[in-house]
Amino acid sequence: MDKILEIKNLKASVTETEEKILNGLNLSIGKGETHAIMGPNGGGKSTLVNVIAGKDSYSVDSGEIEFFSEDLIEMEVDERAKKGIFMAFQYPSEIPGVRPWQFIKASVDSKRKFLGEKELSVREFSKIYDENIKIVGMNQDLMKRSLNEGFSGGEKKRNEVFQMLMLEPQLALLDETDSGLDVDALKSVGDVVNRMRNNERSFLIVTHYQRLLDHIKPDFVHVLIKGKIVESGGYELVKKIEENGYESFV
Amino acid sequence: MENNSLSRESKLEDKEYKWGFTTDVDTEVVPKGLSEEVVKLISKKKKEPNWLFDWRLKAYKHWLKQDEKEGEPEWAMVEYPKIDYQDIHYYAAPNKSDAPKSLDEVDPEMLEAFEKLGIPLEERAQLAGVAVDAVFDSVSVATTYEKQLKELGIIFCSFSEAVQNHPDLIKKYLGSVVPYSDNYFANLNSAVFSDGSFIYIPEGVRCPIELMTYFRINTADTGQFERTLIVADKNSYVSYLEGCTAPIRKSSQLHAAVVELVALDGAEIKYSTLQNWYPGNKDGEGGVYNFVTKRGKCGNKSKISWTQVETGSAITWKYPSVILQGDDSIGEFYSVALTNNHQQADTGTKMIHIGKNTKSTIVAKGISAGKGNNTYRGQVKILPSAENSQNFTQCDSLLIGDQCGAITLPYIEVKNPTAKLEHEASTSKVSDEQLFYLMQRGLDEEEAHHMIITGWSKEVFKELPFEFAVEAGQLLKVSLEGAVG
Repeated sequence: MDKILEIKNLKASVTETEEKILNGLNLSIGKGETHAIMGPNGGGKSTLVNVIAGKDSYSVDSGEIEFFSEDLIEMEVDERAKKGIFMAFQYPSEIPGVRPWQFIKASVDSKRKFLGEKELSVREFSKIYDENIKIVGMNQDLMKRSLNEGFSGGEKKRNEVFQMLMLEPQLALLDETDSGLDVDALKSVGDVVNRMRNNERSFLIVTHYQRLLDHIKPDFVHVLIKGKIVESGGYELVKKIEENGYESFV
Repeated sequence: MENNSLSRESKLEDKEYKWGFTTDVDTEVVPKGLSEEVVKLISKKKKEPNWLFDWRLKAYKHWLKQDEKEGEPEWAMVEYPKIDYQDIHYYAAPNKSDAPKSLDEVDPEMLEAFEKLGIPLEERAQLAGVAVDAVFDSVSVATTYEKQLKELGIIFCSFSEAVQNHPDLIKKYLGSVVPYSDNYFANLNSAVFSDGSFIYIPEGVRCPIELMTYFRINTADTGQFERTLIVADKNSYVSYLEGCTAPIRKSSQLHAAVVELVALDGAEIKYSTLQNWYPGNKDGEGGVYNFVTKRGKCGNKSKISWTQVETGSAITWKYPSVILQGDDSIGEFYSVALTNNHQQADTGTKMIHIGKNTKSTIVAKGISAGKGNNTYRGQVKILPSAENSQNFTQCDSLLIGDQCGAITLPYIEVKNPTAKLEHEASTSKVSDEQLFYLMQRGLDEEEAHHMIITGWSKEVFKELPFEFAVEAGQLLKVSLEGAVG
C-alpha cells in the first residue's frame, strides 16, 4: 500500500515553554485509509495534528515526518497546505471584514496555481461553492458575514468541513471536529467525511469521544497517551475504550 | 524555519518603490528660495490679476511673521530635520509656452511617465469613465472629458485656467474655507501655490462621472504647492478622486497643499484620496513631507465626505475637516493610514458643529508596521448653537510586529447639552492564530497578512469608488512588503 504519511519516532514540544508533548510517536497512514486517534486530554492529540500542519508554536525536537516520501518538517505551512494537507481547526479564527466566499476562493486559487491548474472562473467556482454549501447544510446568511464572526461553535465546525470539501485534500486532519456539535451537525460532518472517502484520500481524525466514529467507522484506531501511541487496532478498539475508558491502556 | 523566514524577509526588503523613476522633460525652474520677488514672479508667470497677487503677498507676509514668531507647528507627533525654506524651488513648469490642446501635443516622455504610473490617459481614463486633470509638476498638461462636462455647465479645469476663465468664482471662494492666515503650511501655500484643480458644479446638477486628478512631484527638490477648490452649488453632487505617486529622490521633498470644499445648501461632495508619495527607504532616508490642509464647509442640508487611504510619505500631517455650518448638514471622515519602516503619520479630522441637527461620523484606522508610528488626532467641537448634534467616532489601530506604535488623541469639546457623542477605540495585533489559519488554507505569509489587513480596513474601503477600492488594496500590499516575515 502506498504511504501518504509516515511519522517515525517523533518528539515535539511547545516552543515557548519547551514542555515535551510528543515522546517518540510512530504512525503510518496509507492511501485511502481513515485513521482515528483517541486519547485523554493532554495526551498530545491536538499537538500531533498541529505539528503535521506546521504550526510554529510547536517545535519538532527529533524524528521524521514524511508526506508522500517528502520531508515535511522544514516545509512552510502554506506549502504543506497546497500539497494537500488540510486541517479542520478545533477553534477556527475569526477574520473581520473577510467574507467566507472571498477566503475560500483565495485558498482554492492559490492551491490550483501551485499545482499548475487553471484558475476557476467565478462562474465555475460559484457552482461548486453552492453545491458544497448545500451538502454541508450551511446557512447561506451566515456566509454573508465576516469569516467565523458571530458563528456558533457548531457553525464554525460546519464551515471547516465545507472548506475541506472545497479544497479536496489528500490528507485531512480533523482536530476534535465533533466537539460542541449537536446530533444533526455530527451526522452531517460524518456524512461529508464518508462521502469524501476514496482510494486516494486519507483522514486522520482526532477525537475524545466515539460518537463521530460511529458515523465514520475508521479503518484504524490508535490510542494516544502521554505523547505515545500505546495501542492500535481496528474499529473494535473504539468499543473497548467505550467500555473500559483509557485507564486500561496506561 | 528560522532561516527560511529570515531569508524571505531580506528578499522582501530589497524590493524597491515601484513608482520610482524620473522623467527628463525640459523644465522651467525659478531659482531656489522664497522672497517677495519669487511670489511676484510666480504670479506674473501665471498672468494673474492684481487682486490675486495681493492675496499671495498678504499670505507671504503673514507667513514671514509667523515664521519669525513661532516657526513651524510643533504639536504633531512627527520628527524631521528642520526644513530650509530658502533651499526649495517654488515654481517648475514643463517648458512649453502653449498648453497642449490634445494628447498629440503632450510630450511623449510625459505620457510615458503616466503610463508607468498605470494611468494611460488616452485609454484607461476614458474606458473607466473618468475625467482626468493630470497635474504634472505644477501645470496641468492634459484634460479629458472637459467638453462633455461643459454641456452640463460643470467646470473641471486646472486652477490656473480657472483664474483666467472664471475669476469671479475664484475671487468669491478662494480662501473662504481655509483663509490665507490659517496655519503655517496653508500660509506658505497661499503665497506660492502653483496649480491644482478647480471644480464647479452648477445648481441641481449631479456630476455623472467620478472626477479624478493624479498629482506627481517630478523635478528634483521641487516643493509642490497645490491648490484645489471645489464648489458644489445648491442641490448638486460630485465625487472627486485624488491619487498621488512620486518618484524616488535622495533628499526629502516638501508638499504643502490646500484643498477647499464648498457645499452649498443641499449639495454633496465626496472626496476620496489615495496617497502613496515616496515614503523614504527602509532606513528612513528620503521621502516626502506631506503637510496638507483640507477643509470643507457645509450649507443647510449638505454633506461632505472625506475618504482617504494614506500609505505613503515619510511624514503625513493631515486633518481633512468639515465645518458643519448649515442646519441638518453631515460630515464624514473615513481613513486608513499605514506606516511602515520609518514612516510617521499624524492624521485625523476636525468636525466643527455649528448648525442645528448636524451629524458627523469618523472612522479612523491606523496600521503600523516596521518602526512606523501612527497617530490619530481628532477634534469634535459642538458649539452652543448646534442643537441636537451627533457624532460617532471609531478609532482602530492595528499593529504588525513589535517595534511600531499607535497613539489615539481624541479632543472633544461640547458646548451644547443636547449633543450626543459616541466614541469607540480599539487596538489589535495580527495574531499568530489568524496567520496560521490562513496559511493552512494555502495563502503565503504576505497574502495572509494582506487578507487580514484589507478585511480590517473594509469599513473604509467600502466608502471608496470601486476601482479605487481595488487599487487601495494593492497599495496596502505594496506598502507592507518587507514588513512581514
